[in-house]
Amino acid sequence: MTRNLMSSKQQRSASVVDDGVMEQALVEFRQSVHNWSEAAYNRPREVRVAVRRSWRLAVGWALGCVLAAGSLSGGIYEHHRLQVEARMAAEAQAAKERQLQVKEKSKAVDEDLMAAVDSDVSREVPAAMEPLAQLMDGDESK
Amino acid sequence: MTAQTAGEIAAQEFARVVEKHRPQIYRFLLSSTRDIDLAETLTQECFLKAHRNWEHFRGESSAMTWLMRIAINLQKDHWRNRRMQFWRQTRTNSVDLDEASEWLPSGERSAEQQLLARERVKQVWKAVEGLSERQRTVFLLRYVEEQDLSEIALATGLSEGTVKAHLSRALGKVRAGLGGER
Repeated sequence: MTRNLMSSKQQRSASVVDDGVMEQALVEFRQSVHNWSEAAYNRPREVRVAVRRSWRLAVGWALGCVLAAGSLSGGIYEHHRLQVEARMAAEAQAAKERQLQVKEKSKAVDEDLMAAVDSDVSREVPAAMEPLAQLMDGDESK
Repeated sequence: MTAQTAGEIAAQEFARVVEKHRPQIYRFLLSSTRDIDLAETLTQECFLKAHRNWEHFRGESSAMTWLMRIAINLQKDHWRNRRMQFWRQTRTNSVDLDEASEWLPSGERSAEQQLLARERVKQVWKAVEGLSERQRTVFLLRYVEEQDLSEIALATGLSEGTVKAHLSRALGKVRAGLGGER
């Protein structure tokens, strides 16, 4: 019955288009569109979309991981570099202080030595004044 | 009858309508746009819109005519929106005429006859491409969907006389495209 209905519809189309070639072209056009539509309608679409999605997702994750690893290692390296710099600065400061202490110590020794020399020199008196110096020493001992 | 039961019946009825008419709506949109993905998207939009308005459908026309009217409006909106876009000059995802003309049944014809048929179908596609939006819609509804003039008039919202006029002009252009202009 459907076939009869279709053919009557086709006949109506043909009555509008009296040219044989035209009629044939329109029938072929209709068949072509119906076949194409049926094939496109029944095509497996979800699979293609899923594959494309998972591929993009994988690339996204990979890039994300690379970025995260990069920023993490960069942070660790920077932290390590700052620690090394701080340690070197502390060591330099300590060495400077040690040097300063040694310098001060040697300065004090020099001063003591100079004082001893001064007192020894001051104790040396001319021979003519020796009895007087001995007298002063005797007074100091008293 | 409870409200829940009435809702369930309406949902079942709508599911039957979708199952019955979806391929035809898809076919019309595919022939209008020549874009497989766009036709799929517009078909989904069409049934989504129909579902939202299903309770307002009074059955004054057939469900098919009602759905076709929604589909025609959707594709009209689509082209209008595309025209607004500055990159409208770039090609859409439409398949080319060669690919669209490849879907003929091989049947019992010789290779030469098949080649000629493919060439004719390609020429019809080319002519359809040159039709105005209304002419194309009317032509496709008449010669691909095999609808009556009255059905086309209801679906497009035009009078039967206007439909006839558009159809006549469209046929003239297709005939000219086929090289049969006299």
